Amino acid sequence: MEKFDVIIVGGGPAGLSAAISAARAGMKTVVIERGDFPGTKNVMGGVLYTKATEEIVPEFWKEAPLERPVIEQRYGILSGDELVSATYRDPAWAEPPYNAHTVLRVKFDRWLAEQAVKEGVMIIPETVVEDLLYHNDKVVGVRTGRPEGDLGAEVVILAEGANNFIAQKAGLAPKLTPDRVAVAVKEIIALPQEKIEDRFCLEPGQGATIELFGDSTAGMLGTAFVYTNKDSLSLGLGVMLSQLTASKLTPNDLLERLKAHPYIKRLIQGGETKEYLAHLLPEGGYKAIPKLYRQGVMVVGDTAMFVNGLHREGSNLAMISGKIAGEVAAQAIKSGDTSEQAMSVYATRVSDTFVVQDLYNYRNINGFFENNPHFLKVYPEIVADSMRMFFTADGVPKRERLKQIMNNAFAKRSKGSILKDLFGAWRALK
Amino acid sequence: MKLDDKLYLVRFNTDKLNHIKILNNDVCLRCETKPCTFICPAHVYDWDEEENRIAVGYEGCLECGTCRVGCPYENIKWEYPRGGFGVSWKNG
Repeated sequence: MEKFDVIIVGGGPAGLSAAISAARAGMKTVVIERGDFPGTKNVMGGVLYTKATEEIVPEFWKEAPLERPVIEQRYGILSGDELVSATYRDPAWAEPPYNAHTVLRVKFDRWLAEQAVKEGVMIIPETVVEDLLYHNDKVVGVRTGRPEGDLGAEVVILAEGANNFIAQKAGLAPKLTPDRVAVAVKEIIALPQEKIEDRFCLEPGQGATIELFGDSTAGMLGTAFVYTNKDSLSLGLGVMLSQLTASKLTPNDLLERLKAHPYIKRLIQGGETKEYLAHLLPEGGYKAIPKLYRQGVMVVGDTAMFVNGLHREGSNLAMISGKIAGEVAAQAIKSGDTSEQAMSVYATRVSDTFVVQDLYNYRNINGFFENNPHFLKVYPEIVADSMRMFFTADGVPKRERLKQIMNNAFAKRSKGSILKDLFGAWRALK
Repeated sequence: MKLDDKLYLVRFNTDKLNHIKILNNDVCLRCETKPCTFICPAHVYDWDEEENRIAVGYEGCLECGTCRVGCPYENIKWEYPRGGFGVSWKNG
């Protein structure tokens, strides 16, 4: 049985970041990836955050295959054909140090894997890890789907993505449930660069992102998004599986419904769909974080539920958790102690970062929306009604109009309920 | 755009081995809503009226894992295809 210091299960941002940090610390490191190469099985929206990526590969933007730096973020609520939105734009975000870029993961992950190889990481593609190998209680390697495919390791890092097969088998994570995952679908829609820049009001090369709530997901807990790539748009949406199951709608129904919305229709007009993708998002939040370690094992990225859906952050949480796990693995191996206690340093360190702190901060948010489904149905209507009334110039004096706006809101949701909702939302976010 | 036309755009390296198994057909008979037939983004699962069972088109599986979590009776044994097989994204 060939032996390594560190084996990493899965070649996404979390796994590759773990590999790079372990290899830099002198560890003999291998990444086992089930695709043809890292990237071919990987999907995200996808926004890549500069700060976290730079911690793995300094000045990555000089070489990495990125799509566009994001200079504008729009958040909107759809209600029927109406749209209410808020936009933040800063052209400074088109220059270093940037804030975020759009990326296509097949290209980006492949590049990140090449950086790992430069650091001495070995990558074994086209290989599925089936289970961990144990000696008594200690994990001592992995069993792969290849003949004579056992590989030994001092430490195994699980970066297997949302489908946490191995973490479950190892007793670290419970079974996934429909209220803890979202189903996401996306299309890559080809458009000429010039069209993209005109439609989104961008200088050549600049990018924009749009997130849409409310009717964009038929009132289900979820978001729709449009991101600009170099010569395509990423258009998609994600909804909680529990709500999709109750809706009887298919993910593709939802996507087609979104594409037919007057606002979206105009953005994608004339575009040609190049690919249709699907992915599971771990949206269980803080309360669903699995046990992050045991003797000889650590759990990172999506497998650890490190996704902040409200802020559409995931790849950054993945990379930072991976980096820390790689460092902790190296430190433990060098000191000859890969016990449960030594691995617990990872949980402590990751809890000291925004990764766990942000999830803790929003720990009540999923439950809040699940228990208050009207939030995503009534409020988009109230907001759109209010804005329409506010902007309509029809001779009604403004003081009278303001009264009408309030009365309309209270007719759709009573004063008491609105107060209760506001208090509930404040408590959930507190 | 029809789902079939979209799936036509996806690149697959189809394995001859099926990576999806319905564990017990009787359970599906009792399942009222049959969520697998609509929650799957690729419509891999279809109720076969003649055979009275779920027909599985594993070749079109996009490997998201939704079915495994969404089956209310945990009656779908969904695993990854063998290494190198299955979906191979062009963009990701």
